[in-house]
Amino acid sequence: MAASESYPDDLLYNAEHDWARIEGDEAVLGVTWYAVDSLGELVHFEPPEAGAPIARGNSYGEVESVKAVSDLIAPLSGEVVEVNAKVVDAPETVNEDPYGEGWLIRIRLADADERHSLLDVDAYRKVLAES
Amino acid sequence: MSYISLTPEDREQMLAAIGVASIEELFRDVPDGVRYGRELAVPPALSEAELTRHLEELAAKNSVGEVSFLGAGMYDHYVPAVVDAVLQRGEFLTAYTPYQPELSQGVLQAIFEYQTAICELTGMDVSNASGYDGTTVAADACFVAKAETGRSRILITEATNPQVRQVVNTYARGFGLEVVEVPHDGGTTDPARVAAAAEEAAAVIFQQPNFFGCLEPAPELAEAANDAGALSIAHVDPVSLGLLEAPGNYGCSIAVGEGQSAGNAISYGGPHYGFLAARESLIRRLPGRIVGETVDAAGERGYVLTLQTREQHIRREKATSNITTNQTLLALAGLVHLSLLGPQGLRETGEACMALSQYAKNALESRGLELVFPNKTTFKEFAVRVGRNAREVVRDARAHGVNPGYPLGRDYEGLDDTLLVAVTERRTTEEIDRLAEVLSP
Amino acid sequence: MKLIYEKSRAGRRGLEVPKPNLPVPEIPAELARAEPPRLPELAEPEVLRHFTELSTRNFGVDTGFYPLGSCTMKYNPRVNERLVGIPGFRDLHPLTEDDAAQGALELEWELQEILREVTGLDAVSLQPAAGSQGELTGLLVMRAYFDERGEGDQRRKIVIPDTAHGTNPASVTMAGYELTKVTTDARGNVDLDDLRANVDEQTAGLMLTNPSTLGLFDENIDAIREIFHGAGALMYYDGANLNAVCGISRPGDMGFDIVHINLHKTFSQPHGGGGPGGGPIAVRDTLAPYLPVPVVAREGDGFRLDYDRPKSIGKVRGYSGPFGVFVRSYAFMRAWGPGLREMSEVAVLNANYLLARLRDAYDLPYDRLCMHEFVLSARNLKREHGITATDVAKRLMDFNFHPPTVYFPLVVPEALMIEPTETEAKETLDAFAEAMLQIAREAADDPDAVRSAPHNRAVGRLDEVRAAKRPVVRYGFEDHEKAGLEAPKGV
Repeated sequence: MAASESYPDDLLYNAEHDWARIEGDEAVLGVTWYAVDSLGELVHFEPPEAGAPIARGNSYGEVESVKAVSDLIAPLSGEVVEVNAKVVDAPETVNEDPYGEGWLIRIRLADADERHSLLDVDAYRKVLAES
Repeated sequence: MSYISLTPEDREQMLAAIGVASIEELFRDVPDGVRYGRELAVPPALSEAELTRHLEELAAKNSVGEVSFLGAGMYDHYVPAVVDAVLQRGEFLTAYTPYQPELSQGVLQAIFEYQTAICELTGMDVSNASGYDGTTVAADACFVAKAETGRSRILITEATNPQVRQVVNTYARGFGLEVVEVPHDGGTTDPARVAAAAEEAAAVIFQQPNFFGCLEPAPELAEAANDAGALSIAHVDPVSLGLLEAPGNYGCSIAVGEGQSAGNAISYGGPHYGFLAARESLIRRLPGRIVGETVDAAGERGYVLTLQTREQHIRREKATSNITTNQTLLALAGLVHLSLLGPQGLRETGEACMALSQYAKNALESRGLELVFPNKTTFKEFAVRVGRNAREVVRDARAHGVNPGYPLGRDYEGLDDTLLVAVTERRTTEEIDRLAEVLSP
Repeated sequence: MKLIYEKSRAGRRGLEVPKPNLPVPEIPAELARAEPPRLPELAEPEVLRHFTELSTRNFGVDTGFYPLGSCTMKYNPRVNERLVGIPGFRDLHPLTEDDAAQGALELEWELQEILREVTGLDAVSLQPAAGSQGELTGLLVMRAYFDERGEGDQRRKIVIPDTAHGTNPASVTMAGYELTKVTTDARGNVDLDDLRANVDEQTAGLMLTNPSTLGLFDENIDAIREIFHGAGALMYYDGANLNAVCGISRPGDMGFDIVHINLHKTFSQPHGGGGPGGGPIAVRDTLAPYLPVPVVAREGDGFRLDYDRPKSIGKVRGYSGPFGVFVRSYAFMRAWGPGLREMSEVAVLNANYLLARLRDAYDLPYDRLCMHEFVLSARNLKREHGITATDVAKRLMDFNFHPPTVYFPLVVPEALMIEPTETEAKETLDAFAEAMLQIAREAADDPDAVRSAPHNRAVGRLDEVRAAKRPVVRYGFEDHEKAGLEAPKGV
């Protein structure tokens, strides 16, 4: 069952529809409701390997529906600590719960200051309104 | 012109509905400077009867009546009549890619059955819906290997069909791959040579049976590749796979091959189909279409194109290949032929090839000709020295109604006096005796 | 319907093969097959009946109207099937000596001559097996050309508009080039400002379809030529839409240096459920030395395959190309003769007539006369009634029409790309138009009838998500039923 539209206000966003939840010197990353709604039901998550470095603004993986494929653009730089195995196994988890069970990866942050370049929920909603 | 329906009245009504005065006006967006102001300078139109006569006259200028021992990648295997009957069904012949599954269950299920047949033949888990021919699928496999291993060197045995090697070389330049050829030793490839060269290779490609018809030590070649972390890729003849072990059963990662032997006329080199099958782990890297099984809303089983996000129309510059039009109709022919043969017919066809081929070796040896690789087991083809320039021998033999084989000097140094002789199940002992007679020194 | 494997019974056979009364040599044990492949075992009548039944679950141009945009699904003359089966063509070996293949070589030569005339270019290679392989071949020719001029390292970029077929960017990657994308302007032409900003001394070339995938002839083709040739770059013509302009405008005259021709589109090779095709390329004489080997050469009254071409990029396919495709397309061209111009005129007339009949019921993103095809958008139906391009496509099946191409080109939302071809009668076009108009009305009056379509096909809409998530891509024999996909009852 697909989730209904929401954008939690405790998350940070980028314009490519990825979110980040900062937890100390780590962050959890995922994609927003808008992204999964545009793609449709996800059928595949191509994750990075644990330990791999990811760089803000670059692709760290892909999600696919039947008819579309989308790069995952890292909102923050760091090193992959954990990949959500549940999403690898059941990608539709992202459609069902994009901000909870449907998180994608956990990273150790490379630069604590990068977060200041991200959008808060109001700014992200403005991006959506303009697209 | 009988291929169009519009009458002058139709045209007038249609122009009026569009709101233009003439057909010329429909082309008003074409700038004057690029309009072609003349009649096309092409030969005049022909009626169907005239067309038939013209093409029959052209065909008559080709020599096909000879008893042929020419193979070298294209083989004179029998194509059953049922294959033709199925291919002439307009619903198969005149359809395109099954993008709309509700209207295309026929071809989708046929491709699913074809994929199954190819997997069974090769011992692999997954097959695509076909590639252009036996050369391009080898190049496709290199692209898979590059992506899978992150390496950029391809090893290919010298005893692999020269057409395949040439195409792999052409594609390799685009792919940014270096191609290294591994020489043969006495007609087959030494696994130690492969092991020595395979370090940091993305793939090792070998042919079984190889271009000389000899059986390679295929399991050892695959092992040498696998030990080096390269993908082992076997180029195989479907007709041989009733008798010879399947590449998937001796450790290969990918099996490719030319499908012509199974179901296609030779037709001066095409169209045919190339097949490409692989281990399950490579499924997302495969080029081309793949059909998968699913259900409709009522729970009825049905078939769809699947994993399309690999393909050019979705992934564009990051696609696993640019292929779109493939060789479905020829692959369908292959499926029909293999379905008629069944495991027993396939085995018997292979046995007939081997038995007749051995008869031919004996017949030629008894006439004093020398086999080039006398101690090797061969399948349906073998190399024999003919005592003088083989191209001249071909010319002389053809004057006697026999095409005796392929002059290996066209591709290999030091083999100017050597013919590659192919013997399929269609040859008879009488025809082989004639071959021996015309090749007799 | 059961799979052929589910009809198999051990011991049945569909073909007797020769059994020479001769000893079979032994195969070394480590190379011999341990378990036979599980191919189907059926008697001959059951094999024929299986595939005949499958064919009834398929739809071709012979079945009905097939306006699949970009694919040129025209009538395939049956005489061509007879001609390709003449033994002198069917049984000819590609490695036979040239003197034994003079008829085949003459046919290839004559085909090349016609393609030179139609494209307005100088030299032809028939070798590529399909349009996309023609693209790759053309780009490799481009690389070889610039390499020899010492510009190979400098010119790394290929410019492609956002309306392009997906094959274009995929070919760019396979050829080792980098992609530069440019946008489309409000009239559906390539945006010249974007083009000027993106073409420089690092540009190797342009890949363009003209008319474009929007079915529109680029009115600025002269300016485009000046931009590319002015920058020392080459122009590649994707011939997918050549059916619009045969005898009317030639790619060579437009300024293109390399062209591929889709024989299976413009020149009526049956599409065979996905192939085969043919993708010859034609090039300007400056590029001829780089064409694949072999090329057909004429010497006096005779013909031969010329392999001695030191600058050639090599081979892209086995032998000299898909010869059976050449026979069909050559026969098609000879049946038309210089009338090929009328072929394109009628294709364009048919398309514009359909456009005129449909323009009020669907959104028209670019309001111009079209060429051989046009693109409508169902976004008005989606916005007002929640009916998508897919719904329209599926509902068309209830009227026994094959749907248009949907969701392409990507620049048009809810795209319906319609290409009627020249071989359709006015009555057929009218019936199709009536169906499209009825569907547009149903979107408002009875949207569920559209959403639940098709209603009379072998299967309903299929679960593509399930197919992609847990791919079942081959029959699994005893494991198959465990996977939950049991054979249907009966049959």
